[in-house]
Amino acid sequence: IEKMGRNKKDIRNLVSNLPYEGLGKTKQPNRYFPGNAIKTTKYTLLLFIPMNLFEQFHRLANIYFVCLAILNFVPVVNAFQPEVALIPICVILSLAALKAAWEDFRRYRSDRKLNNTPCFIYSRFTKSRWKDVRVGDFVKVVCNEIVPADLLLLHSSDPSGVCHIETSNLDGETNLKQRRAMSGICISDPEFKPESFNTVVVCEKPNNNLNHFKCYVEKPDKDKVGTGIESLLLRGCKMRNTHHAVGFVVYAGHETKSMLNNNAPRYKRSKLERKLNTDVIFCVILLLSMCLVGALGHFLWLQALPSGPPYLVPDSNGHLDSPSLSGFYMFFTMIILLQILIPISLYVSIELVKIGQIYFITNDIDLHDDETDRRVQCKTLNITEDLGQIEYVFSDKTGTLTENKMVFRRCSIMGTEYPHKENVKCSTFEHALTNSLYIIYILYVSTCFGGFAAIRLAVLGEPESGEDVIPDRKLLQQISRAGNCSGSQEIDPYLDFFLGLAICNTVAVSMATAQRQRVNANSVSLPHIFTSWQRKPKRSRSILEDLVVEEDHFNPPVKKEDFEDTTGLQMCSLHAPSDTNSDNLSYEAESPDEAALVYAAKAYGFTLLNRTPDSVTLRLPSGEDLVFEVLDTLTFDSNRKRMSVLVRHPITREYVLYTKGADYAIMELLVKTEIPWQKNIAAGTQHHLDCYAKDGLRTLCFTKKVVSYKEYESWSVNRQRALAAIDHREELVMDTAVQLETGLSLLGATGIEDRLQESVPDTIVALREAGIQVWVLTGDKPETAVNIGYACRLLEEEDLVINMSCKNKLVCTSILDCTLEEVRRYSEDPRNVDTTQGISLVIDGCTLTMALSSDLQDRFVDLAKRCRSVLCCRVTPLQKSRVVKMVREKLKVMTLAVGDGANDVSMIQAADIGIGLSGQEGMQAVMASDFAISRFKHLNKLILVHGHWCYTRLANMIIYFFYKNVAYVNLLFWYQFFCGFSGTTMIDYWLMIFFNLFFTSVPPIMFGIMDRDVSAEMLLGVPELYRMGQGEYTFSTFWVSMLDAFYQSLVCFFIPYLAYQDSDIDVFTFGTPLNTISLFTIILHLSIEIKAWTVVHWVIMLGSVALYFIVTLVYSAICVSCNPPSNPYWILQSQMADPMFYLLCIITTVVALMPRYY
Amino acid sequence: MGKEGGCGQNKTMVKQEQELANRPDNTAFTQQRLPAWQPMLSAGIVIPGFVIIGLAFIGIGVALFITSKNIQVMEMDYTGFEPDSDCFKCSNPEEKNCVCQLDFNISSRFEGPVFFYYGLSNYFQNYRRYGVSKDDAQLSGDLDNFKSPSDTCSPYDTDGIKPIVPCGSIANSMFNDTFLLYREVNGTNELVPLDGKGIAWWTDYNVKYRNPNVTPLKEAFEGTVKPLFWPRPAYELDTSDPNNNGFINQDFLVWMRRAALPDFRKLYRRIAQGDYARGLPAGNYSLKIAYNYPVLSFQGRKKVVFSNVSWMGGRNDFLGIAYLVIGSMCVFMSIVMLIVYAKFKFPEED
Repeated sequence: IEKMGRNKKDIRNLVSNLPYEGLGKTKQPNRYFPGNAIKTTKYTLLLFIPMNLFEQFHRLANIYFVCLAILNFVPVVNAFQPEVALIPICVILSLAALKAAWEDFRRYRSDRKLNNTPCFIYSRFTKSRWKDVRVGDFVKVVCNEIVPADLLLLHSSDPSGVCHIETSNLDGETNLKQRRAMSGICISDPEFKPESFNTVVVCEKPNNNLNHFKCYVEKPDKDKVGTGIESLLLRGCKMRNTHHAVGFVVYAGHETKSMLNNNAPRYKRSKLERKLNTDVIFCVILLLSMCLVGALGHFLWLQALPSGPPYLVPDSNGHLDSPSLSGFYMFFTMIILLQILIPISLYVSIELVKIGQIYFITNDIDLHDDETDRRVQCKTLNITEDLGQIEYVFSDKTGTLTENKMVFRRCSIMGTEYPHKENVKCSTFEHALTNSLYIIYILYVSTCFGGFAAIRLAVLGEPESGEDVIPDRKLLQQISRAGNCSGSQEIDPYLDFFLGLAICNTVAVSMATAQRQRVNANSVSLPHIFTSWQRKPKRSRSILEDLVVEEDHFNPPVKKEDFEDTTGLQMCSLHAPSDTNSDNLSYEAESPDEAALVYAAKAYGFTLLNRTPDSVTLRLPSGEDLVFEVLDTLTFDSNRKRMSVLVRHPITREYVLYTKGADYAIMELLVKTEIPWQKNIAAGTQHHLDCYAKDGLRTLCFTKKVVSYKEYESWSVNRQRALAAIDHREELVMDTAVQLETGLSLLGATGIEDRLQESVPDTIVALREAGIQVWVLTGDKPETAVNIGYACRLLEEEDLVINMSCKNKLVCTSILDCTLEEVRRYSEDPRNVDTTQGISLVIDGCTLTMALSSDLQDRFVDLAKRCRSVLCCRVTPLQKSRVVKMVREKLKVMTLAVGDGANDVSMIQAADIGIGLSGQEGMQAVMASDFAISRFKHLNKLILVHGHWCYTRLANMIIYFFYKNVAYVNLLFWYQFFCGFSGTTMIDYWLMIFFNLFFTSVPPIMFGIMDRDVSAEMLLGVPELYRMGQGEYTFSTFWVSMLDAFYQSLVCFFIPYLAYQDSDIDVFTFGTPLNTISLFTIILHLSIEIKAWTVVHWVIMLGSVALYFIVTLVYSAICVSCNPPSNPYWILQSQMADPMFYLLCIITTVVALMPRYY
Repeated sequence: MGKEGGCGQNKTMVKQEQELANRPDNTAFTQQRLPAWQPMLSAGIVIPGFVIIGLAFIGIGVALFITSKNIQVMEMDYTGFEPDSDCFKCSNPEEKNCVCQLDFNISSRFEGPVFFYYGLSNYFQNYRRYGVSKDDAQLSGDLDNFKSPSDTCSPYDTDGIKPIVPCGSIANSMFNDTFLLYREVNGTNELVPLDGKGIAWWTDYNVKYRNPNVTPLKEAFEGTVKPLFWPRPAYELDTSDPNNNGFINQDFLVWMRRAALPDFRKLYRRIAQGDYARGLPAGNYSLKIAYNYPVLSFQGRKKVVFSNVSWMGGRNDFLGIAYLVIGSMCVFMSIVMLIVYAKFKFPEED
């Protein structure tokens, strides 16, 4: 805290506005902070045109065309009427400006709507709107209302000072989050009194981190109370489950965290676009050389003329420019003349095509997940074609390959394994059968042992597969025995294990009042088949309920004594949950593992009834409710890989720390013991853990530690200090957690199954057949990972699996060398050429770190690229992104990363394409991704079909665009050889503009959006096609099409030339058939390229030709002398009356397209 | 309710009852399943197609070639480049009002109607600045532009004091050789009537070019000067026919329609009157040329061309040959394909 004085710049002091109410603006203490009104518009009405133009001129192409248009105003070099030359650039600029204006207007409207949303501000005029909120105000938010600004929570209608928010507007996570009011700052009993706020809030400068906030409140008595994100209500969140809450505005308007997070969509440049830019440079070179030819030609032509012929026009002084000067001017004239060689409309067309492609991707019904009702989302709009270029796929495992719907499968307690054999995968009928059998069984158990009333609720209560756990018979007996004889033994480890399961988490309990969609979905009536036996459990339940009543009388006396022991706090909260029907309980967990464990505990009767920041209410199998006072929660982080909850046991009054975490993060922290049976427990548990991992289960260890009062006292001082710190708060908080988590005693371990998602093996096989290397990067143990690897057919049974795991770098180096040598030999061995056997590499995080070091990197990459699949286990998020980056940079390949959790974000961002799975683990991955899908199997169609299509479509369209412009412009170029390189056009300039803007622009765009070179079924059925489609746009295809364009333009020019040679044809009568032939050639060229003709194709292609004739005929009919010097009047009409025109069109088009046809 | 759950099937059944608001429309268009015609190029279509196209092309080619061959063309250079030609004396630019004569013989009847062209070579009427150098408004009879011609005409817009009408380089450089054709009949030269009506584009004569609505026409040109190179002002271009003067003079209109290529011919007259309606009979002819237009300075050539025309215009063998070549290529190719097809396809089917 002392440090804060030094860092004055990084903090803010805020006081209440209330004492300054009614004072002038200059007197307001918080006047320097921005208000809550937001403005996301880019432009203002007055400055729209200059600002938009300024923005558009950031694009090089626009500057190029404006320069050309300006050049045309220089009289000595102009090629066209200066005003006419402005048309193309004006059209393009105004189209873009219109789009920008429309978007900005939409933003303006949404801003206005938001700013005028009503809200309640204390002691201001009654009717307040969001825009009136200022920093330092007190704002009251009622249930289901959206929080208008970032508020420091001071009061909640909930007696425990808790309120719930839903942050789905912010990050898409739908689980409720708890926020705790800062207590003791204001008088809030019986009613909140903001006048009593007389402290200073010191908080950090606004930043965009949604999960961190540091602040402390300085009371008048210099006492400092620190708090963090747990007391901050973020703008845009929805208040839930709480009647109302009051907060102090710390950040308003654009300084709120949600607004700071509103980044513009990311701009990624696709590979194709990069290639395109090099080709544009080739075009520039081509253009300049053609201009040079023109300039030189003009120079030589002028020089060869002996004396002034009548057709040379002298300047006003009557003499001619020297040939060299004229040649120099001609260079620029040529640039103007041949400018469309650089396709200005290409960039606009590409944008349009991508909009169309994205439309089709998002509208694909196969990429829609019925269960969550989510479509595929395209977050980055301009890399659709990169989907067709993927060579490496990096996938997360949990939640990506698997459902991330965790089901508690097995557990090991005190070294004994409980396999939960009953809990096998179900088919509907079997499941129903076991369920009903089981009920009978419970009846039996209950009557025999008693004290299991709660079990029925767990069994009958939840339909979700993740939530129904069928208890192990043996374990049930064990617990009941423990429960029965709890008098003799203080606390049984079995009970402790389940207490840990139920307590050691951050699962929030939703009450029935929370009208959540997830809950509703469960209560939809089921088909009739099931109703027949539904009655049975109901009946059995009523029997059980009778039993419960009985049991209350027969409860062992020890328990009764416990009750009398309890403090007032527990007494008063005992009745609170008693009216809560545990049937209505719904758990909101941040990670599905936690929920699975809580449901498992519930299945054994340890029902989590309520959780507040200070307490956890549990119902024991015996039916009694216990309230544990929560002293602290040491939340999970990826460094510690564990979490702990420190509670005070209501009966024993002991301070107990329950810790759960990854086995390797726990095992080394166990209390060092020499007692053999305890050692055996550890060894046995470890053995079970390994078995679980082999079965592909996710493992967690549970430990307990009894903390002495003294120890707790000293620790808690440290803890408070760490929590109030502003600098290095995270590190300090983590340090305190590590301090406490030592000397743990092992309770047991759990194995949670995470089922593979639907069609994952098929998808992976298809991707591999498509020539894509699939890497799986997971934080799981190697055994688990390998198992899943086989299950999802990443690894095949016959594969040669190389397992790399080594402790130090020296070993690692030698292993790497050996393996590399072996693999090389293997792949060179002629016997292995046509076997399907592949090499797979399994590597663990520790070895990976070494392999990623700069000296081993090359060898590792060399090895990895020879492997068909690579599986990296135990990797950290950072390693994931390093692996992706390394492969991307070293192998120069296109990479795709797919993941669903926050730990995949860095990987997603590192890859060329990041794909987020909107699964169970929040939305961070989706937010960081370029595309968001909801199931892994969607990747198949997204990549193999849409990727292929988008790429081939766009690549073909771009090539076609280059071709089209070159073919057309070259007509003008060839004509220069017959007009003394003077820059004459034989085609009317308006028609030239129309030609590019209207007659030939729609077909390629349609082609880029709709062409189907191969059907979707074929692409999915023969994934090899994917790889073949990747070479569509290469250096050679570009130049081949350029050569084709040159050839076609030569044909299109010289056949009419030879046909009209020595005749009395005039300039524009000569140009009209050229223009027509060129249109036919260009359109027919495209129709050769089009692989599948739909109605749309026919309409657009024929429409374009019809448009050409209609527009040209109309133009030729009305333009008598509208565009001097050109003279289009009645030319097409007279041409169309001449049979030669048609004969010429036919032969020229046929000759031009002949080579393309072969 | 809903306690059984757990397994995929019934869950989706339940879900389907709900409204899936986000579900994309399942239409053929959005799902890219529009019925599509895929052009399949099987041998069964391609080979007959090629044969048909080839034969059609050969047919067109033969027709074009024969038509073109039947067109009679007679070209005669009269630049006077060679010292032995009669026009050599006139090729000196110093020589004014020079008249030379070109004698020629027609061995068999020249079928009518005969078109009489003059031709220029190495003359770039398509030169850009030359093409710009005119004033369309003036040429459509706008009197304002008589007084102040458009500056596109520069430097042929004024002579320094008075505006030039018609202004600009094109008008200024109008071709001004004139021809008279004589036929030797029984030792005397009989003038062959030349028809100068309707040799320009109908649209030029009737729409695009107009004289100002002033009668007599001469008054409209008050205060203007004739173009530098012209011997007579525009309103006196045709002394024989007062209606063929000003901007709608046929020769002027023909000249103003700029040729596309540097070697061109322009229609001068038609021979379709009287005895010559059916063509020029065999015999000796002489052409009297008023040689005014200098071309040697820029290595140009002048010629006269007599030609008759068919539905395909003037004589041009190229198009017919092109059709024949392409047509036979198609047929040849189809034969090659048939051989390849027979060799590779049939064994496969067995």
